[in-house]
Amino acid sequence: MPAPFILDRTSVTQVMAWVLVALLPAIATYVWLFGPGILVTLSLATVTALTAEAAMLKARGYPAKPFLMDLSAVVTAWLLALSLPSLAPWWLIVTGTLFAIVVAKHLYGGLGQNIFNPAMVGYAVLIVSFPVQMTHWAAPLELTSTHLTLAQSATVIFGGDVSKSTLDAVTMATPLDALRTGLLRQLTVDEVLTEPIFGHYGGTGFEWLAAAFLLGGLLLWALRIISWHVPLTFLAGVWLTAGFLHFYDAGRFGAPWFHLFAPSVMLGAFFIATDPVTGATTPRGKLIFGLGAGFLTMAIRTWGGFPDGVAFAILLMNLCAPLIDQYTQPRVYGEAK
Amino acid sequence: MSRELFKFKGGVHPPGHKSESNTRPIHAAPLPKKLVIPLRQHIGNPAKPVVDVGDRVLKGQMIAAADGTISTAVHASSSGTVTAIDLQPVPHTSGLPDLCITIETDGRDEWIAHTPLDYRAMAPTALRMQLRDMGLAGLGGAAFPSAVKLDPGATRPCPTLIINGGECEPWITCDDLLMRTHADEILQGVAIMRHLLGSTEILIGIEDNKPEALAAMQAAATKMDFAVEVVAVPAHYPGGGAKQLIETLTGKQVPSGKLSTDIGIQVFNVGTAHALARAVHHGEPLISRLVTVTGHVLRPQNFEVLIGTPMHTLITLAGDRDGTTGVLMGGPMMGVPMPNLDVPVVKATNCILVKSNELFPPLPKALPCIRCTRCADACPAVLQPQELFRFAKAGDFGRAQEYKLFDCIECGCCSYVCPSHIPLVDYYRYAKSEIWAHEKGKRASDLARERHEFRLFRLEREKKEKAEKLAAKAQATRAQAAQDQTRRAELAAEPAAEGTAPSDADAKKALIAAALARAQAKKAEIAPKNTDNLSPGTQHEIEEIEARRAKIRALARQPLETEEKP
Repeated sequence: MPAPFILDRTSVTQVMAWVLVALLPAIATYVWLFGPGILVTLSLATVTALTAEAAMLKARGYPAKPFLMDLSAVVTAWLLALSLPSLAPWWLIVTGTLFAIVVAKHLYGGLGQNIFNPAMVGYAVLIVSFPVQMTHWAAPLELTSTHLTLAQSATVIFGGDVSKSTLDAVTMATPLDALRTGLLRQLTVDEVLTEPIFGHYGGTGFEWLAAAFLLGGLLLWALRIISWHVPLTFLAGVWLTAGFLHFYDAGRFGAPWFHLFAPSVMLGAFFIATDPVTGATTPRGKLIFGLGAGFLTMAIRTWGGFPDGVAFAILLMNLCAPLIDQYTQPRVYGEAK
Repeated sequence: MSRELFKFKGGVHPPGHKSESNTRPIHAAPLPKKLVIPLRQHIGNPAKPVVDVGDRVLKGQMIAAADGTISTAVHASSSGTVTAIDLQPVPHTSGLPDLCITIETDGRDEWIAHTPLDYRAMAPTALRMQLRDMGLAGLGGAAFPSAVKLDPGATRPCPTLIINGGECEPWITCDDLLMRTHADEILQGVAIMRHLLGSTEILIGIEDNKPEALAAMQAAATKMDFAVEVVAVPAHYPGGGAKQLIETLTGKQVPSGKLSTDIGIQVFNVGTAHALARAVHHGEPLISRLVTVTGHVLRPQNFEVLIGTPMHTLITLAGDRDGTTGVLMGGPMMGVPMPNLDVPVVKATNCILVKSNELFPPLPKALPCIRCTRCADACPAVLQPQELFRFAKAGDFGRAQEYKLFDCIECGCCSYVCPSHIPLVDYYRYAKSEIWAHEKGKRASDLARERHEFRLFRLEREKKEKAEKLAAKAQATRAQAAQDQTRRAELAAEPAAEGTAPSDADAKKALIAAALARAQAKKAEIAPKNTDNLSPGTQHEIEEIEARRAKIRALARQPLETEEKP
């Protein structure tokens, strides 16, 4: 039995639990703005994640209870669910979650051993394989006349064959989608921004969601669960790249604040890029990681094939993390300068 | 005195638990019946016994002499009789025994004659030798022979002298109490250190959770005739570590792999300064020290303990309780679990910490590392513990050394903050010992290879010498034989053969003839000489023996009767 014989009162469960708590403002905002559909998605993802985790642990010969209690699977499930459209069919959520937990996490070695962020892997698989279903974003309640209740949302999600007219009534392209489509139609940014989906900074409703994620992120930072390195540089990367492009041609590139106040950016900056297992571990490394992810997000949004680049940007930086770590080792006490 | 202080990176804030034991005054522990004094209490060579079993020794008498420069002597802590010099349990986690001198005390506690040293008149080398022979070792926990540290060495003088009153580990309060009650003597010891090292800047670092100690030391410092600064440092574990205290007080870092004297700084514990003062001004060798007995006991406090006192006597004194789960020597962050309670108090024992399930709950099972880098944030040596952990686990000791494994001071901050509860320090200790074992093995195999190569060389050399000797001998014999041949030829042959030089062929022929004659003579010696012309009686005997031999041979040719299994 080795020293030390006292431990700080901390645990993986505690860390993960705080992340979940920090997501609650955003979930509440989501429900307020877009209706209760997200709760169905969240529950479905959570159940799938825990079941998949338990099954994989058993298959790998590990005791299930301590690992299920560490809540890491629940965090993955919630992050994925919040990245997916809230009215997407149930099998989309299940597929994504299964991919995240089984393939991205356990097939790579389980807790602490995965190279890629599991939630982002799940998202990437879905956006590439099922692009249509990934557009079933609920419209902001401000803008639609049809408001779905919890039961109705569940029906839509589990319904499978929902008529197109019903879907059209309740779904709407996201602001990023709208901007992209508009720009492809050769409209200028200002012309696109006149559409009702766009609010003060970001999109209607979406900017409030982004603010809620920001609030949760600041909570995590205040509790010292995450450090400032990755969120700050991620946001800086997005803002600087967008600002540079916007400065270059304001008609073709959205304003920096618009890109910054997308919920995906805030979620990515504070909750996803800060994932300790898959990110860089040295202080300087974290700065490079955040900056790179921010820049890549904007690059993919502007020149890539997808409206939002957060997931792929993070996956690309996950690839670079070990290399970044190796070259940013800090100077040890007593090491020659 | 508002000295600019520096912050060292990392560190943690475990609960202090100082007030349990620092409110009671120091008590002298009573004389135990038996003292078990290990010969290896310090870094360096263990001391060598200079007494025998059965000898009567006095208090303060040297019972084992220092062996070499990095060593120090061991003394009898009380008067009595030496009853054994053998392997006894010592305070080490392994539970392995070590050579100890056991003394049965006679209760008289009779001191040997001892006089103070006039340290100012003595030559520095002579004074240091004397201090070595008085058993002085560092009392901060490492027990390094102090005489060696008091040598300024090549960089004479050593400009900065730091006295360590930090005591950053939770629960331990012996230095605190010592500073409160013996501040003057500590400063006397500092004066002697200053004299030997030639220091001009003298700093005493004390954590700010010890206000009484700070006041007492400040009062004693003003009485000195040289400048000495008493500095309050923030109470922050491991701020009492030598490297961290140096960084806090001076902002300088000890270069990796070097000593603090290489940057002109030497650090001593307050207890060592006190022991030095006792040695010089009273002639008392190091035979006792303050020990904090705390944790799961009824009356946690500090005792003045004789070296060699079994630990269980102190726990009984402090009031032992039910529900003890173990005992540590030292604090909770770096302490060593004791194999049993019969082990004696040694020079390095600063605390006996009794554990219970309430005070020290069992450590939870470890989960995988999630690379959260809380350990890296907490490490005072600015290492990357999560990488070292991965390398140690994988057995990749080369990479572990590249990531500066040996700069780890094993303070325990990383394990303390780990959310997965991984016993990180244990992995580093394992890696370090594997590397040392590997290096030892490499040295041994290098030596073996050298010896093997020399052996081959030696055999070759011997073979060559033998061949040369034989050739020379052959040459000599040939020359001799040739000479004989020529003489015989001269005697027997016609004068016509006169002047013929003996040829090699003739010489060889002569050699062969001589060898043949020798062989034949030898054969004649061992051959039976009387096989012809035998008497009838002998012949009859021979026939009988032959008949017997034939019978036996016939018997041997018959098959054996086999036993049938029932």
